[in-house]
Amino acid sequence: MESIELQHHAHAVHGHGHDDHHEDHEEGTFLTKYIFSQDHKVIAKQFLISGIFWAIIGGTLSSLFRIQLGFPDADMSFLKPILGGWIEDGKLNPEFYLAMVTMHGTIMVFFVLTAGLSGTFSNFLIPLQIGARDMASGFLNMLSYWFFFASSVIMLWSMFIETGPASGGWVIYPPLSAVQTASPGSGLGMTMWLSAMALFIVSSLLGSINYVSTVINMRTKGMTFTRLPLTIWAFFFTAIIGILSFPVLLSAALLLIFDRSMGTSFYLSEIYINGEALPNMGGSPILFQHLFWFLGHPEVYIVLLPALGITSEIIAVNSRKPIFGYKAMIGSIMAITLLSFIVWAHHMFVTGMNPFLGSIFMFLTLIIAIPSAVKAFNYITTLWRGNIVFTPGMLFSIGLVSFFISGGLTGVALGNSAIDIQLHDTYFVVAHFHLVMGSASFFGMVAGVYHWFPKMFGRMLNEKLGYVHFWLTFVGVYCIFFPMHYTGIAGFPRRYYSFTSYDAFKTFGDLNSFISVAAIITFGAQLIFVFNFFYSIFRGRRAPMNPWRANTLEWTTPINPGHGNWVGEIPHVYRWPYDYSKPGADEDFIMQTVPFAETASSNLEGEEDLVEGEPIEKAHA
Amino acid sequence: MKPTKVPIWEQESSEAQPTLGMNPKKFSMWLFLLSVVMIFASLTSGYIVRKAEGNWVDFELPPIFWFTTAILLLSSVTHQLAFNQAKKDNLAQVKGWMFLTTLLGIGFLITQWYAWVYLVHINVYFSGNNVAGSFLYVLTGLHALHLISAIVFVLIITVKTFRFQVHSKNILGIELCTTYWHFLDVLWIYLFIFLMVFH
Repeated sequence: MESIELQHHAHAVHGHGHDDHHEDHEEGTFLTKYIFSQDHKVIAKQFLISGIFWAIIGGTLSSLFRIQLGFPDADMSFLKPILGGWIEDGKLNPEFYLAMVTMHGTIMVFFVLTAGLSGTFSNFLIPLQIGARDMASGFLNMLSYWFFFASSVIMLWSMFIETGPASGGWVIYPPLSAVQTASPGSGLGMTMWLSAMALFIVSSLLGSINYVSTVINMRTKGMTFTRLPLTIWAFFFTAIIGILSFPVLLSAALLLIFDRSMGTSFYLSEIYINGEALPNMGGSPILFQHLFWFLGHPEVYIVLLPALGITSEIIAVNSRKPIFGYKAMIGSIMAITLLSFIVWAHHMFVTGMNPFLGSIFMFLTLIIAIPSAVKAFNYITTLWRGNIVFTPGMLFSIGLVSFFISGGLTGVALGNSAIDIQLHDTYFVVAHFHLVMGSASFFGMVAGVYHWFPKMFGRMLNEKLGYVHFWLTFVGVYCIFFPMHYTGIAGFPRRYYSFTSYDAFKTFGDLNSFISVAAIITFGAQLIFVFNFFYSIFRGRRAPMNPWRANTLEWTTPINPGHGNWVGEIPHVYRWPYDYSKPGADEDFIMQTVPFAETASSNLEGEEDLVEGEPIEKAHA
Repeated sequence: MKPTKVPIWEQESSEAQPTLGMNPKKFSMWLFLLSVVMIFASLTSGYIVRKAEGNWVDFELPPIFWFTTAILLLSSVTHQLAFNQAKKDNLAQVKGWMFLTTLLGIGFLITQWYAWVYLVHINVYFSGNNVAGSFLYVLTGLHALHLISAIVFVLIITVKTFRFQVHSKNILGIELCTTYWHFLDVLWIYLFIFLMVFH
């Protein structure tokens, strides 16, 4: 550590403005600086840009299958240049429709909202906000990205093979995923899916282990647990969930691989294909569902918690108020983490489960409403009578709160095992999780990009484009998913290629066209963001040091921080991160690095005692 | 920043105090072990769930498991001795005990292989419709895979000892290695008892 600091000083003496060097004293070539970098900030940007790439692919897939759903009679020959043989006589191949739905789910859940969200913001913010030079292990962190990259290559490749990618749904239930002849995608496509996910799990575990280890062991002086920003609390618990749940997916996938290739019968029993009986006996497909959802449900919170953490921070900063109920927020994150592991069977109410067991899982599921309500309540009360600054990041955070509430309410309905008999696997479920998990997490991610872009690239994103992006997306999301509740209650099942073949659902034709148009417009609106993002990296307005007048440590670093983050000593922390609009203070924010001895006019009763024993010299940024 | 240990309850004053913390690498090792625990916990609970559904073929566990367990326990002892000697800078002894640990580790793998030979002999196969048998192969195989990685770790540390990179001032590597080895030992004993109870 000392050697770095010395080097920083040396640079300062020689008048170098930037210091992108590595810990091992080499200046670094393009390759070590931007490609195989061990700097957490560069790795975060790698995850972010890969995430954006995947989000565009995932969004394109949804636009394509929305054309099929909204306009079943349309001539789709114009897509032949992209989809080639999957368009037959102007019609989309039904097998490929299933493949697209599967890949949309896989890409969005894992590659965008897990890697793109946690990978970006845990990497970027944990060292910066706790006051560390880098992650616990920069090397493992780099490895984490490159495992993800390898996984991405295989997953992308699988979309271009002759038999198409995996097509059994993102939950890959056997036997569709276990019997190689079950569908075109069950062959090579599924093999590649499993290989890609195995690499993904390794990447995720390397990342999570690093995050937890860094948060616990690498905090700067004075950064006690109760002075951590809520973002860090959220990333911390997300990583713990990852460490506990991803290995279970690995076991499930391992047994699946044995069933596919080695002739075991873990999940297979009494199956006939084209009148021919398979030899497998004695397996249990329900076993797979148990193992899968033991990851699958916590995965929902791996996706959502970081977004909630980001929102807590952005709402407090832009309401110019302390977050309401800081400790209640931590408590609710803990409660959600704990509960996320004991509710998985609510995805399986209709598998023939013992109804008594179902009612236990229903009870546990409904309890999640309590910590979730605490969070929603605390966001709203933080906003209440705040001095609100409507930055694009703030708008997206408020949008998240909106989706979290409207999507969460339908979760209370779905969690009831009796109601679930009607609603299971209908568009009601699609609407529910796209609002509460998909859109809410996506809004959290976008909010985070708008908020921390100045720290990432030293420039500001264009605000006007941000507002256009927000309103189109916010209205668009509700236009897409609100009508789906209606078709879902009517019983229309998800994943169906065509609803016009059934008399009962023909009346939904116009509604489906409306949803499709809304979906395509909303996807188009994201391109505004993509343009804004890449344009502003090079041409954006130059960012000041602390553009949002926020309290946390990352805003004490230089505008373009080098590897090691702070020039000179790491700042010390004297207070919690939410001293906004403190009565008696000179300004409406007091940074975490300001000791109580310097803020005599605003100190509260208990805080006066804390002044004694204070070092006179203040740690400066 | 090398944090020293100050309990959180002693940090009442707002003076910037060092935060609590242990060596990040050691901590990461324990987190890694936690994820390995989750792999085996999920497999053994899957085993119980599947067994509860009935249609379960019962068979004798290979008696050689008692022997393999003894070998693995012994290897844990030799590894611990190597670690103790490293703390006292007796490098010659460290090399000897590490070498013995490697041999015992390989011996464990070979005898585990004979357990599989025995299973084939009593017509319990990995593939086919006997899920109880398949589970036994998966559990022992996955444990063996981890043990192979531990042997590689032991070899790396042994090479480092020859290069004078393991001594009382540089103890972390061999300490992590010992932790991992003991962990796999305990894991095997858990699996063995589990299989005895639930087979």
